[in-house]
Amino acid sequence: MNKTILKTKKLSAYFGKEKVLKDIDLSFPEKKVTAIMGPSGCGKTTLIRCINRMHELIPGATITGNVYLHDENISALNPILVRRKIGMVFQRPNPFPTMSIYDNVIAGYKLNGLRLPKDEMNTIVEDSLKKSAMWDEVKDTLHRKGSFLSGGQQQRLCIARALAMKPEVILLDEPTSALDPKATSKIEELIVELKDTVTILIVTHNTAQAARVSDFTAFMYVGELIEFGNTSKMFTVPDNKMTEEYLTGKFG
Amino acid sequence: MRHTKFRIAANRIFQGIIIFLSFIIIVPLFLIILHIVVNGISAINWQFLVSLPAPMGEKDGGIANAIVGTFIIIIISSILAIPVGVLSGIFLYEYKNSKLSEVIRMCVEVLMGVPSIVLGIIAYLWIVLSFGSFSALSGSIALSIMMLPVIIRTTEETLCLIPDTLREASLALGVPYYRTILKVIVPAGFSGILTGILLSITRIAGETAPLLFTSFGNPYMNLNIFKPTETLPHLIYVYATSPYKQWHNAAWGASFILVVFVLGLNFITKILVRR
Repeated sequence: MNKTILKTKKLSAYFGKEKVLKDIDLSFPEKKVTAIMGPSGCGKTTLIRCINRMHELIPGATITGNVYLHDENISALNPILVRRKIGMVFQRPNPFPTMSIYDNVIAGYKLNGLRLPKDEMNTIVEDSLKKSAMWDEVKDTLHRKGSFLSGGQQQRLCIARALAMKPEVILLDEPTSALDPKATSKIEELIVELKDTVTILIVTHNTAQAARVSDFTAFMYVGELIEFGNTSKMFTVPDNKMTEEYLTGKFG
Repeated sequence: MRHTKFRIAANRIFQGIIIFLSFIIIVPLFLIILHIVVNGISAINWQFLVSLPAPMGEKDGGIANAIVGTFIIIIISSILAIPVGVLSGIFLYEYKNSKLSEVIRMCVEVLMGVPSIVLGIIAYLWIVLSFGSFSALSGSIALSIMMLPVIIRTTEETLCLIPDTLREASLALGVPYYRTILKVIVPAGFSGILTGILLSITRIAGETAPLLFTSFGNPYMNLNIFKPTETLPHLIYVYATSPYKQWHNAAWGASFILVVFVLGLNFITKILVRR
């Protein structure tokens, strides 16, 4: 069995009084891709935002239950540390518009005021851009602003930015929903390549995407975890009737 | 058919009225500038810019003391108003819905409407009376209060236009809150905030009323902020209401410089906004 890196125990999330996540118990295996799928509004995004403690930034949002990273309770850690260990990429590409490509990649260090020697920074930038399959496209324009990049390139730049922090887990929140099919397939390839170095959680409402990229899949519906398991098994013989109906397009 | 013709005609008339009225707005501004340039430009020469006012009856006096004084007062006002204004603007943006923000927003609106001469009286009571002397500092304090509402409002409005995703991007990298504000949000809104600052400076550059009983005026060069100081608007006021032809010319010259300065700032602001 795979080693578990991240665990949620009776995790519930609220917006004010409204309970949007209901007692989620999940274990995410290390260095695998886990897809979290389900129809809109089922709490997928809220779930991953609880994992890097972004959920609590919204006024009135609270959680109960616990999240463990390597058996360490993240609510006992400083959220800033949690977010450095668990990177995140958002639905819409959001590179920093005032910074060059180079500075965008190294932003996690610069904005935190961490000073590194020049050649160490260069190595981090080059490695991160290579990992996100962007190095060849931008190596001659590193010091130009990122705004001329295409949407897909911007998203890969955001992935590079997250990778530069050398996180243990990366959360991808519907990373391709704002992209065209070509850019989407490029990012999907990238996800599959990346799982050798980092654990990936990807939120998607696209079942085909979950099938293509993930090793494990969690299916959620209105805040509840319906089924979790091996992707190939879930897509062929799901245990739950609802999962089957969702996968065959009866709802969602 | 007749209906259509009528509508087309009505359209034309309406269009004509709009264009005509818009044009009327330009006319006074144009005339004012023309008048100031025609009367003022003859007074301007190097001598006028770098020398002190000449004693009555002598030629070749200048307004160097007023130019320097105006700059001193603008700089002190800016030093006082910019940090407070920008930080308050950030506060209003960050705590949009708190009770305190609502109170501050209301105060800012009221402050916007307080007549400038009243601010002058307040500065007189607070500063001039307690220091026992008219001073550049007291004038600057009155003017900095005038700058605040403009800076606060533009800062808040600019920051509200910055997408939330940017802030999330930074927080998700583990960047602490204060660094996110200072290194991501403020730089992204920099040109907007700078625009607000420049606008507030144009607002105070020509103010006379608050300076009458604060910085007061001074025929000599003064660099001490605790002493009375001459300013361009005050000099214009004194010279223009005097009976001497020579002073009238100097007032025109000073007006010209003030207008060029304010228009220049406006122009820079426009360029920044376009960026």
